[in-house]
Amino acid sequence: MDDKQEPKGIVLTEAQKKSRRQRSIAIALALGVLVVLFFAVTLVKGPAVLVRPM
Amino acid sequence: MSVVDHNAIELSPRISEAGVADYIALLKPRVMSLVVFTALVGLVIAPGYFHPVLAFTSILCIAVGAGASGALNMWYESDIDALMSRTANRPIPRGRITRPEALAFGMTLAFFSVMTLGILVNWFAGALLAFTIFFYVVIYTMALKRWTAQNIVIGGAAGALPPVVAWAAATGSLSVEPLLLFLIIFFWTPPHFWALALFRNDDYARAGVPMLPVVAGPDATRLQILLYTVVLVAVAFAPWPLGYFDAVYGVASLILGSWMLLLAVQVYRRREGVEASRATRKLFAFSILYLFALFATLLLEVVVHAVAPSIW
Repeated sequence: MDDKQEPKGIVLTEAQKKSRRQRSIAIALALGVLVVLFFAVTLVKGPAVLVRPM
Repeated sequence: MSVVDHNAIELSPRISEAGVADYIALLKPRVMSLVVFTALVGLVIAPGYFHPVLAFTSILCIAVGAGASGALNMWYESDIDALMSRTANRPIPRGRITRPEALAFGMTLAFFSVMTLGILVNWFAGALLAFTIFFYVVIYTMALKRWTAQNIVIGGAAGALPPVVAWAAATGSLSVEPLLLFLIIFFWTPPHFWALALFRNDDYARAGVPMLPVVAGPDATRLQILLYTVVLVAVAFAPWPLGYFDAVYGVASLILGSWMLLLAVQVYRRREGVEASRATRKLFAFSILYLFALFATLLLEVVVHAVAPSIW
């Protein structure tokens, strides 16, 4: 047995890699938007951000 | 043998090739655009100052909530979507996205849209958005759609709620004005969808969806379209004499309503052949313009009032 040979496992096709990268970028952007949104609303509301009327 | 087959399935998991465009298609972007527009009107006509950042947050949450509803609708309806030519190209029937992926996507968006609206704006609006998603997915999609011909009449309430949610986001309460907007969309939904169902009758019949033309026949549907259009025109006109919206809205509602009514009469009278099909398609297309123009008038009123209060 060749010690240098890595177990292959699941090998993604180029299309699968491309779509996974697309999805990862989209998730990152969505999270970024969420962070910016929470930050912006915190600035807008100031201390009142903790007051959440029903 | 079955053990070997089972292992074979386990060892070769499906790896998604779905791109961002497929997930955007799950959100039903065209429906979402109408939701965003009607919500924007609900937000703009609300009294008092509402910070633009909070307004943007509210509209974003409502849009994402609408998208979540669309994704969950496609998750549940993938079997009938595959049977209808109008929906066969959706991501699940096309094999781009699996049902569990759509469910996870829809639930995640629903959770984040409701929580973000609740935390950043107010919990009354957040609760209303949660109710809207629940109504569309559970009451309309799961319960009504395959059960009764009144599916889109009752289910139409979900589509009518976005301006109410937006008003609640801006004011933290409810009033007559957003309920009038609710009623306009509520009574607009049956003529709009039954016009679609008339020229997509074969699709719905093949999928076993009990739309009114499938269950009661085209003629009964034409009568219902006419009756609902009469109610719609009256409901859409009422806010002017009642003093809630201005004269420009009243006149626009009268002109648009007359045209809508004329098209509904044509649908009622032309029952055979190409003429009937053309009349139905015309009504369907105009109904979208009708709602858009009616709400755009309200938007215009507010903008003109703000920019030049003395104009009207």
